[in-house]
Amino acid sequence: MKRHVLHPLWVAIGLVGLIFLARLFVVPDDFGVHGDSFTYNYHRLSNVQEWQEFPVKYQGRDSCAECHKDNVRTQRRGPHKRIQCENCHGPSGPPGNHPDNEEYLPLNKERDLCMRCHASLEYPDAARSELPAIHDRRHKRRRECVECHNPHDPREDVE
Amino acid sequence: MSCSRRDFLKDAVSGAAATVLPLSAFTFLTTDEAKAAIAEATVRWAFLVDTTKCVGCGLCVKACKNENEIPYDAPVTRTWVERYVVTKDGRTLADSPNGGRDGFTTGTIRGEEIDPENVAKAFFVPKLCNQCDNPACVQVCPVGATYQTHDGVVLIDREWCIGCGYCIMACPYGVRFFHPEHKVADKCNFCYHRITKGMQPACVDSCAFGARRIANLRDPDDPVTQIITTERVAVLKDEYGTKPHVFYIGLDASVR
Amino acid sequence: MSQDAIVHGVEWTVKELFVYPNEFIYWSIQIVMYPYMTGLVAGAFVLSSLYHVFGQKDLKEIAQFSLVFSLALLPVAALPLLLHLQQPLRAMEPLLTPHFTSAIAAFGIVFTVYGLIVVSEIWFIYREYFVHQLEALRGVPGFWNAQRRIAYTVLTYGARDVSEEAVIVDHKAAKILAAIGIPVACFLHGYAGFIFGSVKANALWMSPLMPVIFIMSAVVSGIALCMLTYIVIMEWQAFRKRRQGGAQAAGDLKGAEKEIISKASRYLLGFLIAAISLELLDLIFRGYTAMKSWDILRSVMYGKDFINIFVLQYTLGNLVPFVLLILPGRTIKRTVVALLLVLFGVFMMRWNVVIGGQAFSLSFAGYMHYHIPVIPHSLETFKEGVFGALTVIATPFVLFWLINKFVPSLRRDIGEV
Repeated sequence: MKRHVLHPLWVAIGLVGLIFLARLFVVPDDFGVHGDSFTYNYHRLSNVQEWQEFPVKYQGRDSCAECHKDNVRTQRRGPHKRIQCENCHGPSGPPGNHPDNEEYLPLNKERDLCMRCHASLEYPDAARSELPAIHDRRHKRRRECVECHNPHDPREDVE
Repeated sequence: MSCSRRDFLKDAVSGAAATVLPLSAFTFLTTDEAKAAIAEATVRWAFLVDTTKCVGCGLCVKACKNENEIPYDAPVTRTWVERYVVTKDGRTLADSPNGGRDGFTTGTIRGEEIDPENVAKAFFVPKLCNQCDNPACVQVCPVGATYQTHDGVVLIDREWCIGCGYCIMACPYGVRFFHPEHKVADKCNFCYHRITKGMQPACVDSCAFGARRIANLRDPDDPVTQIITTERVAVLKDEYGTKPHVFYIGLDASVR
Repeated sequence: MSQDAIVHGVEWTVKELFVYPNEFIYWSIQIVMYPYMTGLVAGAFVLSSLYHVFGQKDLKEIAQFSLVFSLALLPVAALPLLLHLQQPLRAMEPLLTPHFTSAIAAFGIVFTVYGLIVVSEIWFIYREYFVHQLEALRGVPGFWNAQRRIAYTVLTYGARDVSEEAVIVDHKAAKILAAIGIPVACFLHGYAGFIFGSVKANALWMSPLMPVIFIMSAVVSGIALCMLTYIVIMEWQAFRKRRQGGAQAAGDLKGAEKEIISKASRYLLGFLIAAISLELLDLIFRGYTAMKSWDILRSVMYGKDFINIFVLQYTLGNLVPFVLLILPGRTIKRTVVALLLVLFGVFMMRWNVVIGGQAFSLSFAGYMHYHIPVIPHSLETFKEGVFGALTVIATPFVLFWLINKFVPSLRRDIGEV
């Protein structure tokens, strides 16, 4: 047996060694099977934490109520009570962080916003049909809804 | 039956091991692992969509895009709303323009005006990641960049994804896409950053009609879990064996 | 939305009817190129092994060449994947944290193993030649000769024993490697088929026959490309000799040897028949069982993609070359035409699988049309466009030219086994 026959084998072993060496330096320490199954739980553990720390944008009505008591009270008594403030006012969290930066709140007063629920779609037996609705072309075209209707309590007219 | 000394010793040793092992196993757990093990026992996130309540306003899609930093005008979205219109002459039309982000404000589907008289039934179906028990997308990831957490949510590691797109191909529900800015696979994760803080997902909060709700299946007192366990609910495409965990009320045969 | 935030796939996907919002043709031309190039690698290697292992003596001439050519093709099998990845800098991760439940995780490992086998086999066959070259170059002046000396020093890898005994060992090792290489080559390509065949979400791809179909058509395309390149190079050399030497060269002027070509084309026909039979079996089965997805599959196969599948792939790419090769009185020219058509047919098969599999929505209620970017206006439209594909096609020939400078696979007197 001539020794040179094994030369390619050394190359192969060297390559494998290189991969394992690279693993030591490149692969994060917390990479592994974190759970019962290699199929579904093979990952970098700290990524779970990273996702948990993803910034929250929509803070919810309760956080609005801390300052805007009156508006929240008005809104809560009307048929729009189930709509979150931030659906129309925009998220108060990052990047603007509304309470800290009072200027920041991308308020949307457009007719299109109201039309999401109140454009008439005549679908039998659908929840949509139960909402008060208008035909866009027939009802005060090119005027914003908020000129007449108070969005916080639409039963009230804006004078 | 005689009790030999050997048997006695064996029993004694295994008995001792049985009492000692759980304790020692516990002490060997790191804090993270212990926390994870507890979480596994107490939380399994699931979702309930009541299609009979959805009005197709699309505010959930809008909120989701803002909350999860998906470029607003990019034609991809973590959640979307589909509209189905079944006509009296037997046709099924479905659409989801912009993923329903701007709501459904006309009766026109892909330029076709549909006579309201001809509508036999019509409804909206919100879609999102099913956080499957057997996620096909996770199985095919070549590098372990997507995985299932102990509470059942499938996450994507943006630092480790190579962007091969195999997971996108493997998902039967089409929930995955390439994030236009991060250039890695992306999808709904039930707003993992919110649900783990005790908040609701952004789409759930933004839904004024209660069409979307989140449940912890391990908590028998959770009202949504009670609906899932006691009422008649369905899932999408169960024939793929993925065991989806988004449950639907009022699903129709025409839903794709 | 910032300017560079372009959704992958939007550029070349046109949707029709009801398609889920996130669906695009994510796997485009480079994923067509990937199994095509892998297939050529595997096929070229199998052709060379027919001689080295099974002792098909009449294939000897083409065997050396196809072995070296399969080495030139090898890097190009990985190139399309690299061009396709959204995060190409992370391309080594499948080797670092392989998730073995994924068919793609095997790629790095199988590819590396296969590459080592091919390189080693070539090394064993040409080691004697390397040593002789090194000796011939010793003390020869000139900058380029010095460079070549360095190259051959590296290539001998410290093994300079060219005693008869050592050379016999070399040849034995080459033979063993060729034998091991066949299953590895088949695995390399079979699992490319598995990547598609195992995607249960895709109604067109999901089929246990997919890996076998891929292997068969791979061998077909590999043999065809080797034959074609061989004919072209041989004819070119003969042409040059005719120009230079006139009558005195006529003695060793053989042109492309018809014997080899007819033998090789017999193998090609055999594998072609196997490939077509399996594909038709798959098609018939889908039609007969008529599962939920059949309605949309039928409308794609018999409607939207009819020309691609039945005219370009089956007729022009399979039937016509089959007839051309089987009819008596075959000439070199006719063979060349047939081989070109075979290569085109296999390419269309890859296209129809990869692009065809994304031609319909997961909703089974809509279609997606692929418009391959021709004129690139961004890196992405270059990589995943016509020019990216052409780059991939051109690379193996450049590499072969380069490798052939050191490993003369076309010289008949070297590398005898």
